[in-house]
Amino acid sequence: MSAAIVGIGELTPVRYSENKTTLSLIAESVAAALKDAGLQKDDIDGLLVGPQVGETPQHVPATVAEYLGIAPAMANTVDLGGATGAGMVWRAAAAIQMGMCETVVCVLANKHEKGHVPTSPNRNPIREFDVPFGASGANTSYALLKRLHMEKYGSKQEDFAEIAYWARKNAQLNPKAMFHGQPLSVQEVLASPMISDPLRLFEIVMPVAGGAAVIVTSEEKAIRGQHLPVFLKGAGEKITHRAVSQAPDTLPFSYSIPHALDQAKMKIEDIDLLSLYDCYTSVVATTLESTGLCAPGEFGDFIQNHTFGHDGDFPLNTHGGQLGFGQADLAGGMSHVIEAVVQLRGEAGSRQIPDAWHALVTGNGATLSETTALVLGGTP
Amino acid sequence: MTHLQNISLPGPTITPITKPFWEHLKKGVIMLQRCNTCEEWIFYPRAHCPHCFSESLRWEQASGRGVLKTWSIVHRPGNAAWKPLAPYVVGVVELKEGPSMLSHILTDHSNLAYQQEVEIDLITAGNQPLPFFKVCEEELN
Repeated sequence: MSAAIVGIGELTPVRYSENKTTLSLIAESVAAALKDAGLQKDDIDGLLVGPQVGETPQHVPATVAEYLGIAPAMANTVDLGGATGAGMVWRAAAAIQMGMCETVVCVLANKHEKGHVPTSPNRNPIREFDVPFGASGANTSYALLKRLHMEKYGSKQEDFAEIAYWARKNAQLNPKAMFHGQPLSVQEVLASPMISDPLRLFEIVMPVAGGAAVIVTSEEKAIRGQHLPVFLKGAGEKITHRAVSQAPDTLPFSYSIPHALDQAKMKIEDIDLLSLYDCYTSVVATTLESTGLCAPGEFGDFIQNHTFGHDGDFPLNTHGGQLGFGQADLAGGMSHVIEAVVQLRGEAGSRQIPDAWHALVTGNGATLSETTALVLGGTP
Repeated sequence: MTHLQNISLPGPTITPITKPFWEHLKKGVIMLQRCNTCEEWIFYPRAHCPHCFSESLRWEQASGRGVLKTWSIVHRPGNAAWKPLAPYVVGVVELKEGPSMLSHILTDHSNLAYQQEVEIDLITAGNQPLPFFKVCEEELN
């Protein structure tokens, strides 16, 4: 690997956006990342964007490039749901190694307007074979996977609630987080309204408006940057299914995480920060089981017997995770990349992990369908 | 569930490939695709076998029985049309033939159990019978 993250830009999440477009939030995020990197707009010669931004269903990279006023030599849409952010980082590195470009901006943003109901012209198999039976939306799909875990392994609601507790606790040290100033007890999680049994409200991310961008560049350019570069050490990705009914009976990250660690020539014990995608508590549970830190079905014992703050045994989602930070649609996944960069630069302030050299970042799209893992490393 | 008749629910978005599945249900039978090359059963309907990529498939009557792999009691439906019926149960049924399908489970919430045997219960919403499932009669005694 010879590419590094040299710039990060992240908007402060807001519950609802006003007078914004997705394109304007993209531009704000890119400007923040360029400023952080100490680079100019014209340094960007690669662009990775999410799908259907700015209400344009097609030609998204060209629409975004034109709006930004750049002319990239490599441009692509990455469409992996919550795994998009992490998936962009290794794709940027791959394009750089291929010699197509040297400096890639990876950007995701979401406007979230009050009362806005997205309409979908969906005619895929989920629309045909799930929706007519009463299953619409992610909450029910994830509830089905959580119930399966509880039945198969005997995992308890208290164990899942612990994950929401730690996310909110960590968010108290991140002023940008949506739930900064609002800690949560395990009892409050267990008493929150049932949405799709067995998932309760406080186990589910809050949709917000926001945006995030990272800039990936060559090693040669990275070492001349104004921050310590954060290198991509390894990556792994696997797409297994789309609909929850077609999910395999394997741990979701059983390919992606070992692949990323192998590429980095590391073991899970070498990781200082677990920056694990957390759209729901249950996703963190199965991701922890995929890391090998605990056996399948045993995340409960693990979560009850360790601490997960910046000063804990296993620092986990020190920015509050998306459960504490808020989920600006696909940009939510990028928050796990950005926190890893902040920690590995040593710029995390009151939530800085001592001696943070390596981070494991995960992204998850659809219903544990699209899984991406990255190992990021700081500058020794 | 007769009150289903009075609510406009989003029906299936039928394609030329899946049409036989829905047409057979109108005749009261559940037919699934089966591969002529590897003999695996297939759901949802496709133009090819997802196991061996053969394009030689046939329609064959299925048992309409399976086990409940997982379920959720939906309190806040993602689709507004379902709100009057909440809380209701959706589940993933692992069919005897092998494939899994998502469905609506018609049962008392206290009857729900992992790996419980379920059978098809055709329910008509709009003009289209839908393969809902219920707990097998013998299991309830």
